[in-house]
Amino acid sequence: MKVADTALCDLSVDVVDKRVVLSGQLVVWTLSKLSDTPDAAQIDLAAVIRMDTAGAWELTRRRAAGGRLTGLSDHHASLLATVTEALPVPDPAVEIPAWWRRTLEGTGRRVAGVLVYLSELAEYLGRTLAALWRGLCHPSRFPATSLIHHCQETGLRAVPIVAVMSFLIGVVLAFQGSDQLRQFGAEVFVVDLIAISILRELGILLTAIIVAGRTASALTASIGSMKMRQEIDAMRTLGLDPDLVLVLPRILALVLMLPILGLVSALTGLLGGAVMSWIELGISPAVFVARLADVSVSHAVVGLTKAPVFALIIGVIGCHAGMRVGKDAESLGRMTSSAVVSAIFAVIIADAACSIVFAQVGL
Amino acid sequence: MNGGPVVRVRGLRTQFGNHVVHEGLDLDLRRGEILGVVGGSGTGKSVLLRAIVGLEACQGGTIEVLGKQIGTLSGVDRRALEHRWGVMFQDGALFSSLTVRENVEVPLKAVAGLSDTQRQGLAELKVSMAGLPWKANGNYPSDLSGGMRKRAGLARALALDPEIVFLDEPTAGLDPIGASAFDRLIVTLRDALNLSVFLVTHDLDTLHACCDRVAVLAERKVLTTGTMAEMLQVDHPWVHEYFHGPRARAANEGIPDKD
Repeated sequence: MKVADTALCDLSVDVVDKRVVLSGQLVVWTLSKLSDTPDAAQIDLAAVIRMDTAGAWELTRRRAAGGRLTGLSDHHASLLATVTEALPVPDPAVEIPAWWRRTLEGTGRRVAGVLVYLSELAEYLGRTLAALWRGLCHPSRFPATSLIHHCQETGLRAVPIVAVMSFLIGVVLAFQGSDQLRQFGAEVFVVDLIAISILRELGILLTAIIVAGRTASALTASIGSMKMRQEIDAMRTLGLDPDLVLVLPRILALVLMLPILGLVSALTGLLGGAVMSWIELGISPAVFVARLADVSVSHAVVGLTKAPVFALIIGVIGCHAGMRVGKDAESLGRMTSSAVVSAIFAVIIADAACSIVFAQVGL
Repeated sequence: MNGGPVVRVRGLRTQFGNHVVHEGLDLDLRRGEILGVVGGSGTGKSVLLRAIVGLEACQGGTIEVLGKQIGTLSGVDRRALEHRWGVMFQDGALFSSLTVRENVEVPLKAVAGLSDTQRQGLAELKVSMAGLPWKANGNYPSDLSGGMRKRAGLARALALDPEIVFLDEPTAGLDPIGASAFDRLIVTLRDALNLSVFLVTHDLDTLHACCDRVAVLAERKVLTTGTMAEMLQVDHPWVHEYFHGPRARAANEGIPDKD
């Protein structure tokens, strides 16, 4: 049997008065040549020089369908026996419910999933607050170094991108606003337009969205990779509290830094607006500042009040997603992208909710 | 049956940067045998396996698999050769986006003329032969335990009924019951399918239970080859320590119980 030298596998199939005579190699590569022969025919295998499990599998199938096998060599018979023994036994088929039931069940599961998700987020918020309380009660255990490190990561490192973005938003607002307001001869109100929209809404919302993209993903990735490598479990067994050591400094850093980033964003946004107003409309910086003084300070208050709320949302969603990472790298990637999407979505929802609340309060 | 070795390595030299892993390494894998490759950590057992299947370029020497020289093959010949061997990586290396059955079907897709039902049936047969339950067919690799992933990896390596199977640490990380079941599985499949098995392992019990011959990798080459009984006679310090250490004694004592 020169198996090693026969790169070409060949099987010839002859039908001699209702008997199928095979000669050559009955292997996976030649299995398709059998497809034209009737299942229940008698099969003569005397001239088969080589057979593999695929060939044996096909023969067991045919034998079950009523075919008869003749001329099996001992070696092939034992292979056939091995394969017959190993044939998988399908589990009893599970009854598939009707389509309307599946749809209903799927919808129900998704709704329940959302509720569970929201309750888990609430749990994480509670755990963070409890960790904060424990940290304040035992100042020696408070992760101060870690807090400062994360303030630098989420706050200081984000200043350039936030500043540039807000400056450009201010420029765009001034440019577009002046074009429209000029038609009414009310160019000077462009200052009010810029101030109100940046201080109240755009500055903090866009900053929160950038931070959600930057920091929520980083939170999930860092906590998630620790979870994946069982570092979190190791911490628990060593008496370290992951909520206090990992989650608290990250979320607290966000809560401290986002208002500052919001302030940076508001200032650079106004600067961008002022520059563009000067170039495009000839409103000098002195006039700009004078008009700005007439804008109620409540807009800035409203804007900055929202910052800690957004920070909590981003931090809790990011840390929760990190803790839900499983053992495989795939879930890390999935949870990271879902954390960013959820965080941005939640920030926009919260912004809408805040608008309604502040409108009701009359600010 | 032609008697020549199915894998013939002569004067192999591999290196990464300045670090020489193998130098002047000779090794034969004979048809139908299970060859255990052992060696300390960092002696390049896995690198040898990767070099033989062409995943690692070698800086010298020749590697012949089934009479074809690795590294000089054209694309078509290379693919034809790949259909005649199967490789099982350490953690199974299953495609994570496919179910176990779909994983086993991947190599079968190279076979022209197989119907979908035949491909599924063959894949299910291989999954069953690797000792996995029926319901594992529809599971994703992340749903499986380490041992089951290894079995699924073996099922995929066996999909095309290869002549040679390369196994990288098949029993590492398995519990003793799972490991000895895997040992028996390898022997059973070798007997049923007339496989030649290249087995990289650290597991002395596996060496005892499966291997016809053992090759010891040390000092950048194959230090010695032979049966387990012959290994016990070698007086090279490392080999002696390996086969006479406390763990080895326990494994050696285990032999009479089995017979």
